[in-house]
Amino acid sequence: MKRPKRDTALSQRHITRRGLILGAGQAGFLGLLAWRMRHLQVDQADQFRLLAEENRIKIRLIPPARGQIFDRNGLVVAENVPSYRIILEREEAGDVEDTIARLGQLIALDPEELERAREEMRRSRIHPVTIADRISWEELSRVAVNAPALPGVRPEVGLSRRYPMDQEYAHVLGYVGPVSDYDLDKIDAPDQLLLIPRFQIGKIGLEAQREDMLRGAAGTKRIEQNAAGRVMRELDRREGVAGKDIQITTDSNLQSYIHARLEGESAAAVVMDCETGDILATVSTPGFDSNLFVRGISVADYNALLNNKYRPLPNKAVQGVYPPGSTFKMVTALAALEAGNASAVDTVYCPGHLEVSGRRFHCWKRAGHGNVDLSRALRESCDVYFYEMALRTGIENISAMARRLGLGVTHDLPMTSVAEGLIPTKEWKRASRGADWVIGDSVNSSIGQGFVLTSPLQLAVMTARIATGRAVTPRLIKSIDGVEAPTGHGEDLGLNQNNLRNIRRAMYDVSNNKRGTAYRSRIVAEGMEMAGKTGTSQVRNITAAERAQGVRRNEDLPWERRDHALFVDYAPADNPKVAVAVVVEHGGGGSSTAAPIARDITLQALYNGDPPLEAYPTADRGRIRTQQEKLRDARPHHGRPLSDRA
Amino acid sequence: MSYLEYSVKSVPTGLRKILYVNWPLAVLLTTVACVGFLMLYSVAGGSADPWMDPQMKRFGVGFGLMLAVAMVPIWFWRNIAGLAYVISLALLVAVELFGSIGMGAQRWIDLGFMRLQPSELMKITLVMALAAYYDWLPMQKTSRPVWVMIPIVMILVPVYLVLVQPDLGTSILLITAGGGIMFLAGVHWAYFAAVIAAGIGLVTAVFQSRGTDWQLLADYQFRRIDTFLDPSQDPLGAGYHITQSKIALGSGGWTGRGFMQGTQSRLNFLPEKHTDFIFTTLAEEFGFIGAISLLGLYALIIVFCISTAVTNRDRFSSLLTLGIAATFFLFFAVNMSMVMGLAPVVGVPLPLVSYGGSAMLILMLGFGMVQSAHVHKPR
Repeated sequence: MKRPKRDTALSQRHITRRGLILGAGQAGFLGLLAWRMRHLQVDQADQFRLLAEENRIKIRLIPPARGQIFDRNGLVVAENVPSYRIILEREEAGDVEDTIARLGQLIALDPEELERAREEMRRSRIHPVTIADRISWEELSRVAVNAPALPGVRPEVGLSRRYPMDQEYAHVLGYVGPVSDYDLDKIDAPDQLLLIPRFQIGKIGLEAQREDMLRGAAGTKRIEQNAAGRVMRELDRREGVAGKDIQITTDSNLQSYIHARLEGESAAAVVMDCETGDILATVSTPGFDSNLFVRGISVADYNALLNNKYRPLPNKAVQGVYPPGSTFKMVTALAALEAGNASAVDTVYCPGHLEVSGRRFHCWKRAGHGNVDLSRALRESCDVYFYEMALRTGIENISAMARRLGLGVTHDLPMTSVAEGLIPTKEWKRASRGADWVIGDSVNSSIGQGFVLTSPLQLAVMTARIATGRAVTPRLIKSIDGVEAPTGHGEDLGLNQNNLRNIRRAMYDVSNNKRGTAYRSRIVAEGMEMAGKTGTSQVRNITAAERAQGVRRNEDLPWERRDHALFVDYAPADNPKVAVAVVVEHGGGGSSTAAPIARDITLQALYNGDPPLEAYPTADRGRIRTQQEKLRDARPHHGRPLSDRA
Repeated sequence: MSYLEYSVKSVPTGLRKILYVNWPLAVLLTTVACVGFLMLYSVAGGSADPWMDPQMKRFGVGFGLMLAVAMVPIWFWRNIAGLAYVISLALLVAVELFGSIGMGAQRWIDLGFMRLQPSELMKITLVMALAAYYDWLPMQKTSRPVWVMIPIVMILVPVYLVLVQPDLGTSILLITAGGGIMFLAGVHWAYFAAVIAAGIGLVTAVFQSRGTDWQLLADYQFRRIDTFLDPSQDPLGAGYHITQSKIALGSGGWTGRGFMQGTQSRLNFLPEKHTDFIFTTLAEEFGFIGAISLLGLYALIIVFCISTAVTNRDRFSSLLTLGIAATFFLFFAVNMSMVMGLAPVVGVPLPLVSYGGSAMLILMLGFGMVQSAHVHKPR
């Protein structure tokens, strides 16, 4: 098809006309640009040239003081200390290597630091670089006196972060470190502050999560330089805004006690205030020296941390997830009770195993418990009872109850990688495993095995919720610049009070009834008794062959294959103040390993320090006294005041 | 539609095509690029590394690309315009989907030797598609509402995709260039009046929305607008660039400080000095005379494009040439306005001068098509 001639001609006229109109519009805009150029470059040239040339005015940033962090008693846990360093402004230095050589005659330069500085200079031609960090006052003065002979070299006094309780608080606070290119890439419009060499920002933990509050805003000073770059005078100065001080909910004494008590284990513990949801302590062992990271950790130190089989770096208390084992049984029981599928007085016969669709599920007690009701099932941790409850009420009820109690949900805490854990549902299994839910999955889940995964934090929340019947939520930040943050008191969960009372009474029996699994770890002080639950979660499958030969005892297995030991409790039983969760990785049994630790922690929290020996069963007192003495010596901060709030 | 309507016989063939290339335009482009090399050399403190060398290589590739594209008959480009548009759209959607999930919010596709941003590609393919559309549409239908809606949708879909990236500069460029082609094609005045009125309404709405739940722009975009309106309120933060850039420009005076003598534009905290703010260096070192000369070179490029477009009897060729010229105009007009404090900082490079491979290659591709239209002009 050929376009009619008339049409083409018409189109041509149109385009020509409109093209010229557009061209005229463009020409008009070009005129505007040219006029603006003339205005800036000719009319205002003198003014700008004055600004630019005669007085080379430079604007320097004054880094703000980072907000400090205090514990609930006002003790400093993250502070700023002065640090001296030497900066090199490359564009003023002329021959860089020559300058460095001359500087090297005045002070000792660290070759590693120099290498880093050269690397920074290769990447950026304009930003000043640090060539010596954390030098002494004497060295700083020596450089300052010789400044005229060292063009471009500038001594600087800055602030650096220090953590007085590095090991104890490494996971909670995290650490700061020098800004890296990687950090800058992540930010759309980086604060000018971040371009200051070695400016410290939060890398992980609370320091990173609340970076916005802690950092503050930069101040500025305008200085006048002469042609040689020497500072003639300071023209004006606008002070920055210091970062906000944060008070966290932890109690440093308790924190350091728990850290010492868990020494030598790969373990985690969380202590929560039942009233406010305050995290009184959250410890993950082994700890590490967070001060090492502030300056930039050496490769050797970092590799040592990475290769440690106890994994010191992750915060096991909130990011570690473990099968909760028997500590999950309260959830299963409460789900069945609330759904009306069972009552507290119903009994189930336990012959030592339960046959479900052709598969045999064992109770930990091979001989069986006989007839068990709710109270006895929790107290003696009979598995078969909970298998039966799971069959009656179904996985959906159980997982809904788990979520109500704070499991399988991500709690909003300013820490890195707060784990969601895993509370399985039928839908979840189909979506993630591509397989249908089978009844055996429900049976496994009922005793906190199978797919179920929870973090120690979640277990503490669960315990606090069972103890109070309220949706207590964890809180780590108590106040910001003196302004109190909302507490995690929580609304009533709407659970049947009778059901809760039955669960609580059974938990009380766990540690106060002679047949309870944690009877040996009870508290005997009047009005301080605790209610708890033991848990021992398998990390391996017991094969039929193993079963035939007789299951090997935990102590005979290599460390990585031993069971996790868990314990959750709240105390005092009749007026809950604290909820505690303890997980000892591959620690063996919940009642033998985790329960005594949890009891000691609970007492320490209730008494705000070492409890009287009378709180312990008579037979244990001798042993406990030695333990208390040993731990007192092991705690570096015990008995002497920490640097206090200024 | 086919190429039959072109007077094939009057079109040069084979190597003779080389003679018909618009050589003055090619020389102009090279001159502007050379100005860029000089500035990159100066900004690096008198060194070809790290910016001038790669930039020269890229321009070489771009120049070759332009010639290669010019050798391909213009009707081929017309015939694939729709396809090219759809592919760019698909790429935009792809980076939007995968960019945010798998590739850590990246907006480009790695081709090995360069990173291709689909939004850059869209700048050319949108012009092609609109030119092809108006070439196909009978003249008398141009202003009918239905036939006006189609190009509007063609423009707004990619604009939306670019806006959510978020890249305000490119979306403005796409809207203006697309609108320009519709204007050239002869869409009735009333539509443009309506759009301008709606635009004013939208701007009002955007400012009204600030701080509410349905805020239409990201906070940093609002801050850029604030800074534009009053750079002095935040001289060290976002207003820093504009203030420093004005000082650098102004201190250039009539004749400038001389090559490599600029000090202001090498101030420490101007990270975009080799890309978006390179004009400040030129203006400081060569003064008003240097700056106005570059403006003159740019204007000449536009004049050459307009003159070849209005003498071309093929509707697609004219529209395409004018559209690409308009896009080119928008690049440098927006960049210069931004540097001189006439427009907010939106991140548009100075064409052919700023350091950057993607923008350079795309522009040379566009000029390749302008050349192709010129070579295959019905004579």
